[in-house]
Amino acid sequence: MTDAAKTMAGPAPIKGSNSSVMEVWGHKAEAFLLPFGALLAGLAAFSVFLLFVGKSPVEFYSLVYKAGFGTAFSWNNTLSRTAPLLLAALCVAIPARLGLVVIGGEGAIVLGGVAAGAFGMFLPGLPGFMGIVGMFLCGALTGALWIGAVGAMRFKRGVNETISSLLMAYIAIALMNHLVEGPFRDPASLNKPSTAPLGETYRIGNIPGLDVHWGLAIGIIACIAMWVLIERTTWGFAARIVGGNIRAAQVQGLPVGLLMVGFCASAGAFAGIAGMMEVAAVHGTANGSLASGYGYAGILIAFLARHNMIAIIPVGILLAGFEASSGLIQRRMDLPDATILVLQGFVFVAILLSETLTGRFKLFQPHIGDRS
Amino acid sequence: MSSKFHTSRRSLIKGMAGLAGATALSSVVPGSAFAAGLTVGFLYVGPKDDFGYNQAHAEGAAAVKGIEGVTLVEEENVPETVDVQKSMESMINFDGAKLIFPTSFGYFDPHILEVAPKHEDVRFQHAGGLWSADKHPQNVGSYFGYIGMGQYLNGIAAGHATKSKKIGFVAAKPIPQVMLNINSFLLGARSVDPEITCQVIFTGEWSMAVKEAEATNALADQGVDVITCHVDGPKVVMETAAGRGAFVCGYHADQSPLAPDLYLTGAEWNWANVYTNMVQSVLAGGSIDNFVRGGLAEGFIKMSPLGPAVSDAARNQFEATKASIMKGGFAVINGPMKDNTGNVIAEAGQSFEETDVSLESMNYLVEGVIGSAS
Amino acid sequence: MSESDIGLWAVPIAMLGGAIRVSTPFIFVSLGECITERSGRINLGLEGTLVFGAMSGYAIAYETSSAWLGVLGAAFFGALFGLFHGWICKLPKVNDIAIGIALMLLGMGLAFFFGKPYIQPVAPDLPALSFGFWSDVPQVQAALQVNVLFILGLVLAVAIAWMFKSTKIGLTIRVVGDSSDAARALGISANKVRLFSTAAGGALAGVGGAYLSLYYPGSWNEGISSGQGLMAVALVIFARWNPINCIWAALLFGAAGALGPALQSVGVSSGYYLFYAAPYVLTLLLLIATSSTTRALNGAPGELSISK
Repeated sequence: MTDAAKTMAGPAPIKGSNSSVMEVWGHKAEAFLLPFGALLAGLAAFSVFLLFVGKSPVEFYSLVYKAGFGTAFSWNNTLSRTAPLLLAALCVAIPARLGLVVIGGEGAIVLGGVAAGAFGMFLPGLPGFMGIVGMFLCGALTGALWIGAVGAMRFKRGVNETISSLLMAYIAIALMNHLVEGPFRDPASLNKPSTAPLGETYRIGNIPGLDVHWGLAIGIIACIAMWVLIERTTWGFAARIVGGNIRAAQVQGLPVGLLMVGFCASAGAFAGIAGMMEVAAVHGTANGSLASGYGYAGILIAFLARHNMIAIIPVGILLAGFEASSGLIQRRMDLPDATILVLQGFVFVAILLSETLTGRFKLFQPHIGDRS
Repeated sequence: MSSKFHTSRRSLIKGMAGLAGATALSSVVPGSAFAAGLTVGFLYVGPKDDFGYNQAHAEGAAAVKGIEGVTLVEEENVPETVDVQKSMESMINFDGAKLIFPTSFGYFDPHILEVAPKHEDVRFQHAGGLWSADKHPQNVGSYFGYIGMGQYLNGIAAGHATKSKKIGFVAAKPIPQVMLNINSFLLGARSVDPEITCQVIFTGEWSMAVKEAEATNALADQGVDVITCHVDGPKVVMETAAGRGAFVCGYHADQSPLAPDLYLTGAEWNWANVYTNMVQSVLAGGSIDNFVRGGLAEGFIKMSPLGPAVSDAARNQFEATKASIMKGGFAVINGPMKDNTGNVIAEAGQSFEETDVSLESMNYLVEGVIGSAS
Repeated sequence: MSESDIGLWAVPIAMLGGAIRVSTPFIFVSLGECITERSGRINLGLEGTLVFGAMSGYAIAYETSSAWLGVLGAAFFGALFGLFHGWICKLPKVNDIAIGIALMLLGMGLAFFFGKPYIQPVAPDLPALSFGFWSDVPQVQAALQVNVLFILGLVLAVAIAWMFKSTKIGLTIRVVGDSSDAARALGISANKVRLFSTAAGGALAGVGGAYLSLYYPGSWNEGISSGQGLMAVALVIFARWNPINCIWAALLFGAAGALGPALQSVGVSSGYYLFYAAPYVLTLLLLIATSSTTRALNGAPGELSISK
């Protein structure tokens, strides 16, 4: 197995039983300080780029801070953008724990959104929370079926999940366009073909005190729940063995097929919920705007977080903060919107590059001498 | 409801007389904007320089920049998601924008309608929307131009140029704005020769270069020899069509440099004129009507200069029709007329003038258009 | 202009033309990725390389008035991206897939950032050869306007297949791709071989991008690529890491892509979104039909992280 495959499967599967408290804390400090240092290095490298094109890094970073994190509005802005990203990243990180590289979460997002919108359109007027619950289940189920199929194809037929999920994302977007502009189209939606607007009781509002919809809370809860499931249960333990070596897992009698389909389906369910939240909390209808690239942003976040469900949260917020600052950068510095893309490229290459330094610093390895 | 753009002077008087509230059609932008200058924000759904839809708006914005007392702030590639809501609020919070032009159709519902009630001192001017007094906030307005008239004139030039009697249209999606353009293009050509048909191909995307090129080639394969389009950036369609030897009619902006010999004419936006008037009206302390429409006569749209391939006969009919449109009351849809599935869309003697709001919910393709409306 | 009426024949002719016009970027990117993956590494960032190649090729062609210099420039910058990827990935513990995704972002970002001034100008196009001279039907003549790069792609595929089969370089790449340990035993530096294989892959992806901006559709804008770079990486797996199969896969994909517009042009106009999905549906069905768990991923390089 290559280094790549090892890192893809996440942190070392099983910790040595004799690891001391010092050692554990050393690893934890390293896991935080190393990416943080890399973030600073990436920002520094991007400063050089800015100087090269004749712009002031000081102005740039003060604007990024101001627009992404500097005011109450900035936080609302950043967190609003974070909400769909967390669920989209889970769609990548969960199968990755089995060693599966699923990059088609976008498909489950758009179809989950369409399913939720269709539920609201064809079953309006349900009492109380029933409408929201129904949309939630519809979105989750559609996403689960879509990505679950990717897992099933992998297990049953050996179809490579990376390529099948990508193909299915393109198919899903075509299907969504067909549905919202054809059978599911509300004739009153003129120049923006959409499903019929949801009723008031089918809409999801904001978290109290914030200008951010409940999708953020659901995303955070989902990340924590999946972290517990994977790091603290036998299911997660079995998954880590499969992720480490499928054949070994099969020899041990682990239900590899069930794990593959189940993990993919739960990943798809989260993506489907992301689509449902977009419909219920943001758009109020299902339409072509569902395909806005959250699924692809999720790939990046999951890989940066090294498929650690908790790490997805800060990484997602960081990415969203960069995006939130894009507007002010364009307006104040006369830079194109692609500037933020370049910044993200620099920062993410730096953070990924820093993984090579894991275990190189004695500071984090108090017992390194004992081992050798 | 007036559908003409009001001059700043008239609006000013209206505002002073306190009629704005009474008519429920205008809203007054606070005087503070007048004293401290005015920050105007523009948001585009694609890149500012796409040779098409977004560039037309950005050129309009550039004209506003030159007005004294105006600060222009712009953002491009803003998706029609929560992103546009936050981008508008960012312009309000950080730049003090008091007049915002979100220029993509999809920004209207729900995004502008979500943000506008939270910022009552800011005016949101939306391109393409159908503002209505009983449904939408007073600080929101919508404006658009009768560009279908431009496509009708394109059709006249095309009708004279085509030898195969087949003209073609590369379209993004079957929505009212696009269908009005397709129908107008064909009806213009049929005013030259009623035998002409128009083949339409939908790409399904507002901006997808390879699909647009494939669609153009498919049209040329069918013997279509004049092509126009309604996609965000017409550059690819123009170049591919010209490469196949077909004549082209432009859209959104002047694309004549892309095919100097084969470019007949083009239907262009004239946003510089519209935006300058609107901003000056607000600067003078006046107001902008909530529902604004305009055509050739009002300077909302204009035609590209006729190309070298346009015959004298074509030129004469083009100019005569243009003069007739400028007079007002021109109708493209005149009964008796059927759509291309046989349904009657206009009875004998019935006609829909350019200002008719019902045209903005057009859901049919007229007889002679080969393509499906849904 | 006198196109003859060919009725329903337009569909197969359009698919032939589409296969030739649309497939070239897929051919170049998938051949490039084929070399990279055969050496045991995956570069998922070729979409970014393709877009940067499209921009730099167009810019250089415009500045120098030579489309061929544009292609060379695109290949050069593509190789730089490949070298960067290869250099980072030779460091221990770095994940090649993740780096690919980050470089995709960086490539697209840099292309959009520096490409702004080149959206408006018109750069010279690459020349095409007319293979349709034998036919009187103008549609056939148009469909058989074949770009030189397409022919170059076919030649290259044969050359790469021969290289893998019969040359020392090809053997070295295959050994490295199948087992790092075996390569080490033979005294081959796996990292160096992978570095150059990734660079070669990047260069070819750059050329694929230059085809987009300099021939078909033939202009530079931010929407020039509709995921060709990403799809081509997938096609390599579909083609079982065989360069000749890459050609078939690309042609099939191009032909299926021409189906949507061609059907509309002969009057089959409802449900066009579903026709546009044809290439993806077709590829998926073929993939399901040809895959099997027992002989999982025949021909897959043993060291490839994505195939394990």
